[in-house]
Amino acid sequence: MSNNTQLDIRQIRATLQSKQGSEYWRCLEELAETEEFREFLHREFPREASVWDDSSMGRRQFLMLMGASLALAGLNACTKQPDEKIIPFVRSPEFVTPGVPLSFATAMVQGGFATGILVTSHMGRPTKIEGNPDHPASLGATDAFTQASILSLYDPDRSQVPLNRGLIGTRDKFLQALSQALQAKKASGGAGLRILTETVTSPTLGDQLARLLRQFPRARWHQYEPVSMDYAREGARIAFGRIVTTRYHLDKADVVLSLDSDFLTHGPGAVRYARDFAQKRKVAGGKQTMNRLYSIESSPTNVGAIADHRLSVRPHDVEALTRRIARGAGVLVETPQSGNHDTWLAALVQDLRTHQGSSVVIPGLYQPPAVHALAHAINERLGNVGKTVSYSEPVEIQPEQSQAESLRKLVSDIRDGQVDMLVILGGNPVYDAPADLDFGGALASVAFSVHLGLYADETAAECTWHLPQAHSLETWSDARAYDGTATILQPLITPLYAGVSSDHELLELMLGTAEPKSYDIVREFWRRHSGSRDFETFWRTSLNSGLVAGSTFPSRNVRVRMQEVQSLPPGRAVPGDELSLAFRPDPTVWDGRYANNGWLQELPKPLTTLTWDNAILVSPATAGRFDLQNESVVEIAYNGRKIAGPVWITPGHPDQTVTVHLGYGRTKAGRIGSKRGFNVHAIRTSDAPWSIAGIGLAKTGAKSRLAVTQHHHLMEGRNLVRSASLAEYVANPVFAKEHQPSAQPSLYPEHEYDGYAWGMSIDLSACTGCNACVVACQAENNIPIVGKDQVLAGREMHWIRIDRYYKGSLDDPEVVFQPVTCMHCENAPCEVVCPVAATVHDSEGLNVMVYNRCIGTRYCSNNCPYKVRRFNFLQYSTDEPTLAMQKNPEVTVRSRGVMEKCSYCVQRISAARIEAKKEGREIRDGEVVTACQAACPSQAIVFGNINDPDSRIAKLKADPLDYGLLTELNTKPRTSYLARVTNPHQEPGTSA
Amino acid sequence: MKVVSRASIVAFLLVLALLVWVGSSIYRAGYTTGVGVPREQPIPFSHEHHVSGLGISCEYCHVSVTEASFAGIPPTYTCMTCHSQIWNTSPMLAAVRTSAATGKPLTWIRVHDLPDFTYFNHSIHVNKGIGCETCHGPVDKMPLTWRVNTLFMSWCLECHRAPEKFIRPREEVFTMDWKPSGAEEGKDLVKKYGIAVKQLSDCSICHR
Repeated sequence: MSNNTQLDIRQIRATLQSKQGSEYWRCLEELAETEEFREFLHREFPREASVWDDSSMGRRQFLMLMGASLALAGLNACTKQPDEKIIPFVRSPEFVTPGVPLSFATAMVQGGFATGILVTSHMGRPTKIEGNPDHPASLGATDAFTQASILSLYDPDRSQVPLNRGLIGTRDKFLQALSQALQAKKASGGAGLRILTETVTSPTLGDQLARLLRQFPRARWHQYEPVSMDYAREGARIAFGRIVTTRYHLDKADVVLSLDSDFLTHGPGAVRYARDFAQKRKVAGGKQTMNRLYSIESSPTNVGAIADHRLSVRPHDVEALTRRIARGAGVLVETPQSGNHDTWLAALVQDLRTHQGSSVVIPGLYQPPAVHALAHAINERLGNVGKTVSYSEPVEIQPEQSQAESLRKLVSDIRDGQVDMLVILGGNPVYDAPADLDFGGALASVAFSVHLGLYADETAAECTWHLPQAHSLETWSDARAYDGTATILQPLITPLYAGVSSDHELLELMLGTAEPKSYDIVREFWRRHSGSRDFETFWRTSLNSGLVAGSTFPSRNVRVRMQEVQSLPPGRAVPGDELSLAFRPDPTVWDGRYANNGWLQELPKPLTTLTWDNAILVSPATAGRFDLQNESVVEIAYNGRKIAGPVWITPGHPDQTVTVHLGYGRTKAGRIGSKRGFNVHAIRTSDAPWSIAGIGLAKTGAKSRLAVTQHHHLMEGRNLVRSASLAEYVANPVFAKEHQPSAQPSLYPEHEYDGYAWGMSIDLSACTGCNACVVACQAENNIPIVGKDQVLAGREMHWIRIDRYYKGSLDDPEVVFQPVTCMHCENAPCEVVCPVAATVHDSEGLNVMVYNRCIGTRYCSNNCPYKVRRFNFLQYSTDEPTLAMQKNPEVTVRSRGVMEKCSYCVQRISAARIEAKKEGREIRDGEVVTACQAACPSQAIVFGNINDPDSRIAKLKADPLDYGLLTELNTKPRTSYLARVTNPHQEPGTSA
Repeated sequence: MKVVSRASIVAFLLVLALLVWVGSSIYRAGYTTGVGVPREQPIPFSHEHHVSGLGISCEYCHVSVTEASFAGIPPTYTCMTCHSQIWNTSPMLAAVRTSAATGKPLTWIRVHDLPDFTYFNHSIHVNKGIGCETCHGPVDKMPLTWRVNTLFMSWCLECHRAPEKFIRPREEVFTMDWKPSGAEEGKDLVKKYGIAVKQLSDCSICHR
């Protein structure tokens, strides 16, 4: 849409001025009121009438084709349904009842850290992932990555056979080659043998590596991951003299300060932190206190978006601010002479000091060690240690002080000719190693290199051997969570593709075991280390509950070495005229490992709502200074290295800074992920992984289209988002209901609901915009992806979308996330316009969509004020056999020409209703949990029976904060919202 | 001339009516609906022999009918409980023995096949007093199995709109050739089993 739009930032500012900062807006085009934007709004489905606009089809040809289609469509009805086969078991396994899904506890591992999950299995096919309520890192919720990992399991582009220099090899040939290579190593004690892994917390893998290093004493183990916790580890070493793992207890924190951290959405324990944080945040139910969040950030994050006070600064300025806060908190560090934001910092420091023991400072992974060390010192000075923050032994098996250093050593040894055998267990260093190391070039000179990975990726192409790795849902393993809790990972399905399926098996082969099995390896480790007399019970209990009881690391008493911290030299001050750049892991494809996952590629990234690409994010002021427009391609140069990508103007981004995301520009990711976006590793070096200063930025004159969804499904203002400060809420609890126009009278008779009346409530105070619900819904309801071109045409299919609203100035707007699903209106406008009654009401108040009746007029969508209906313009659902295995058998797979939308997970309601009916009872409150509700880390979504006065949902609907969208249309939506309450500091001048 | 034109109008209407009649006959014929057409199976299994002849209960083989959506098709080992002892050399059962020996499952042709957008749950029907016979007909008299009902939506709705006409006491669901004891029994049972009749014709009851 914005292809030819020229945005005039100055004019937009003027528009905002005249709005007096009281209205919410969604995108710059809306403010600029460009011609294209008006056109876009006017035509609800843009380009729908002009699908053929790029074809040469004439009128006659079109009529001919339509005539033939009509005739053939008639004949179509003459086909008989093909015979369906039933294939029973030969011998029925225990516990399996056809038609009744089972659930198994295991864990999802990212960056080495585990999150407990329960996986639903339909007749041996894992189909859906839910959080494990008993696991401390999950408590029943998940993040978007975890939800989407089920799709990676079935990815048809996964590596399927061993490759020897790019040609198909066999397992036997590999084993032969491996044993030959190891023969030579035995004599030399492993000289020249190197193992490269990602971050390892797996106790079994750690044990195997230790045994391998004993067998080959001259071998070395390296770890590297592009999104590593190097800075956190080094910060801990400075502060405590040793590496520890930091844990936060946000359920006890009243004041939270984030130093460039996205602790609510990314990193170990994020799901748990979001839950704890939200518990302190929700005020519904008459609470009059809530926590307060300050965020200092150098690139817009979800944490900053929901913060009460947000300070947007350049990456290198965070340390200086931290120093001033530390000074205020009583840590006698050297502080810069002068600085801005005096009132802001003063209010923050005062708040921290009055909340000693109930405040917490959380440093981000992207900030240098000094910031981490200072944060530890501040937390100790404030008496927070042991209350809101605690420390434990490092969760990593062998915490490398610096993984970048570890990789650098490996590369320099390769260059010195000291390495002739390299085994890479997971990871994709050829793609994501720092540019200055030229890992790919070095790898080529290793005589025998092995890569074990899910995909035949960039690294696989450079190695002598590539082995297809089993997905974590296909093999046995173990891993630890952020607090050390161990989970034994169990497989849900036999590996789809043959090979040496896991890192455990490959290491065991190297240790000389013939035909090792992951199951035996993991079980044997725990037999030796469980410390339990009755191992069989231990094993079964651990598998059943999804965690090893008592394995959580106890907290350790450590003292900050104040001398060392206080004498840290200040970081380099970056002159104001230098342009700086922040690297960040991508919010949806992370470091590129999920690049071939269509659900994640098409997931609108929080804040930018960008899909399928990465972009160069700049602030409106910086865009104005360099005369940049959205989608104009610019070249960024740093130390002789260059990247080029399209610009995206991001309100709230710090000035004189750009943000770029990792994970794109892959060349061998697969059909979904290859050749998308640009590879920022080209300028990312090992000494500056997260921010650089002094980059050059030059316009190229080219344009590159970006599929952003922020202007899709726009409801055009109309008081959709309501929010107030805590003080305003206490003074006037019914603020959300004020200025609500009264509903128009209806000509239709009222519906009556004497049984269940399902309803949903979404708490805007708790929503962090993390997107977990969107992917959960996609997995549960067989929602297809449509591809970048279709997203550009406004045809994404997500049943739940997260609208992101801005309020206030262009440079530092307030941000509100609002998840929007079908409202299940009692007086649904869609129903009255459907000519074939394909969308109707059921007796429990659900607005149901009957796919087999739908003829695709799209009148319903036209008449929906909430823009929540999605149409299958093309045949989006795929017949790919492995992807078909992921489909939820309880939900119809829709075909072309059919309208669809949120069903309130009617299949889950049906299942609960049938069970309750069989037992002759009512459905209990909390028995029906929708997919979005289950996934939500902050428990912002509540679902239930409004007719039951004791239900959670009925109480929330009666809360003064409850309000509905567009209720003046008398739609009587069943989904309503709890207005957002923020808790800004009372001090004037601090409203950031 | 007038006669010809009149006759042609009448003829046209007749032909049209004939076409409609032919079309609807084909649509409702056993050829299309499968009603009354015995299906060939890998083993000529006779419900008649096993149910009326030997008195084996439906649940002996269709084990999950009271607890799951799918009634269940017996694993090979269920067949072998008897057929390892009796008729254990019968050529008719060679496929069963092969399956048990090789571990390769038997493949049956589904007789009652609903469209994929329709979700039927056996357990709730059986638990609420809908007999096997009500939908599947006199299976105890079928040497090979066939459909006795069209499985059209209109057929489903006959019962979903007026379950009192078809319901029977729970204890009788597996009984064949059951007859209601009185005119009021159906209504009483609908009340007793707490069946929300109004809800049964909601689209979302079967489609999702």
